[in-house]
Amino acid sequence: MKNESELKTQRAWLEQMWTIRYFEEHVVESFRKGLFTGSTHPSIAQEATAVGAGAALRPTDPVFTTYRGHGHAIARGLTLNSLMAEILCKETGCCKGRGGSMHLCDVTKDFWGSNAIVAAHIPIAAGMALANKLRKNDRVTVVFFGDGASCEGVFYETLNMAVLWNLALVFVCENNGYAISVPTKKAISVENISQRAEGFGLPGITVDGNDPTAVFEATREAVARARTGKGPTLLECKTTRWERHSAISGGKYESPEEAKKWTRVDPIPRFEKELEGKGMARDEIEGCRARARKAADEALEFAKQSATPKPESVGQYVFA
Amino acid sequence: MTFSEAINAGIRGEMRRDPNIVLLGQDIGPYGGTFGVYKGLFEEFGEDRVRDGPLCEPATCGFGIGLALAGMPAIVEIEFDDFLTLVSDALVNQAAKMRSFLGGQVQVPLVVRTPVVNRLGLGAQHSQSLEAWFMHVPGLRVVMPSNPEDAKGLIIQSIRDPNPVLFLENVRLYSMKGDVPDGDEPIPFGKLRTMRSGTDVTIVSYSAMVGPCLKAAESAAKDGIDCEVLDLRTLAPLDREGICASVRKTGKLIIAHEAVRTAGPGAEIAQSVVEGAFDYLEAPIIRVTSKDLPIPVGILQEEVYPNAADVEKAIRKVME
Repeated sequence: MKNESELKTQRAWLEQMWTIRYFEEHVVESFRKGLFTGSTHPSIAQEATAVGAGAALRPTDPVFTTYRGHGHAIARGLTLNSLMAEILCKETGCCKGRGGSMHLCDVTKDFWGSNAIVAAHIPIAAGMALANKLRKNDRVTVVFFGDGASCEGVFYETLNMAVLWNLALVFVCENNGYAISVPTKKAISVENISQRAEGFGLPGITVDGNDPTAVFEATREAVARARTGKGPTLLECKTTRWERHSAISGGKYESPEEAKKWTRVDPIPRFEKELEGKGMARDEIEGCRARARKAADEALEFAKQSATPKPESVGQYVFA
Repeated sequence: MTFSEAINAGIRGEMRRDPNIVLLGQDIGPYGGTFGVYKGLFEEFGEDRVRDGPLCEPATCGFGIGLALAGMPAIVEIEFDDFLTLVSDALVNQAAKMRSFLGGQVQVPLVVRTPVVNRLGLGAQHSQSLEAWFMHVPGLRVVMPSNPEDAKGLIIQSIRDPNPVLFLENVRLYSMKGDVPDGDEPIPFGKLRTMRSGTDVTIVSYSAMVGPCLKAAESAAKDGIDCEVLDLRTLAPLDREGICASVRKTGKLIIAHEAVRTAGPGAEIAQSVVEGAFDYLEAPIIRVTSKDLPIPVGILQEEVYPNAADVEKAIRKVME
């Protein structure tokens, strides 16, 4: 029985991973076709982190993330339609077509938005955790960020304050190996970003970020720790990034061979194989793909058909 | 009551009214704030609401934003105006823009208070007036009171405003005494105050330059020149119509501020009058400002700042 329910849960994860994948493929293609301008930062091949961590949270646990946050938004349950419409800058988008790909948000789902300044959202997330502490509830705030953000000053400032104030906060670092083009070996003075935790007095854990189960279990433990008043945790999920930094990024990377290696690591087929090994039927797996594909297709269609914001509404939403 | 006590009384009253308000900063606990504005607040409201924190202004300001998003109005004290450079991301890219890029889903009731510590001989990194930087940012309010009564009404308005507010207090005003009404009446933003009515010259100023302007106006009055002195109270929003109405009456305009000249508030004010009352101008607009220089210590600092004699000279010139 336990196995059956576990398989059912994991099938939902698989479907969500495919949903993120197909959704983002549509996003990248839409950008290349000129359906929206600016840029977009896909998390293709990082789906396991978003899904595994997201699954360990209650719907009322606030989530903050970065511009590479489409997957986190989907894992939190924002509708694909509202997300795709936002990315295509349409009035029906979750931010009414004002924020775009780098600013996805739905406060009714306690998803407090993706932020386009590297690491700036980390102390903001901690401020939300402080609010919940002062209100004496047991919500746990989760903040996603990348390896690049782990080099910013506010990350360290926030680690220090989160420990000092014993906040119910989980730092989830998605280490995809590159900050735009600079590899972690050139930017980070230790082997694992989780080692940073030691100097601040909180637990630091590194897991395989391409394994949704490993991410889920580590997040669940960190969340349980935070929820029971034992303070923050730094969780590093080692993952990969297939796409370049963003859809408009040019320039050379240090090692083209290394770049090719990225595409050989794909968490989704790996997870499918694992599920097959546990007895999931092939047609169930195909069903996940088909449903995900359909949902992503429908979202794209919805976004394309949606109206753009009215020009005269340009000054709306500046002041409350 | 002094200017400092007026701000204290305004904050104290609001904290009694709204238990959600939290103060963040450094040296704000038993120490009472860098210049003593928070005297007694720690003792009355305790360490949960008057939170001394580590020296990390950027994260402290981020925490304030997180509290504000959660519906807990935050007041962050930054020890010197000059240190706003450290929190400019939190103010400029985060607090001022979040409501807009999230399509109106959030409010950011954040007040950042900081003293402008000029003429005290503290040198280039502790003596600046940086208000022009922040009035350039859509989404921010910039408040600069000149007297105790306004300080209280404007801090109350700043706390109640659901938007981010930068509240700048000239340190030389802290000991200024004046009548301050009891109660908790806010003063609305964007309404200048006529400090002296007159018919010959309009002098526009704010904060600690209002006093010297009044002094110069009294001196000129002895020679039969009747000056109108306007205190802007808030630079953003700027009471353009109030300024233009006065210039339509006097035909002459002097702008006096302690910020440096180039791209200072005076430039914006002058152009606003060109756009709104050009046909009424009888003489070129004169700016009385600090010189475009890093501020030295010792006797040299007085060479940089404007004073009452400079304003008076401008009055004589504009009357020629």
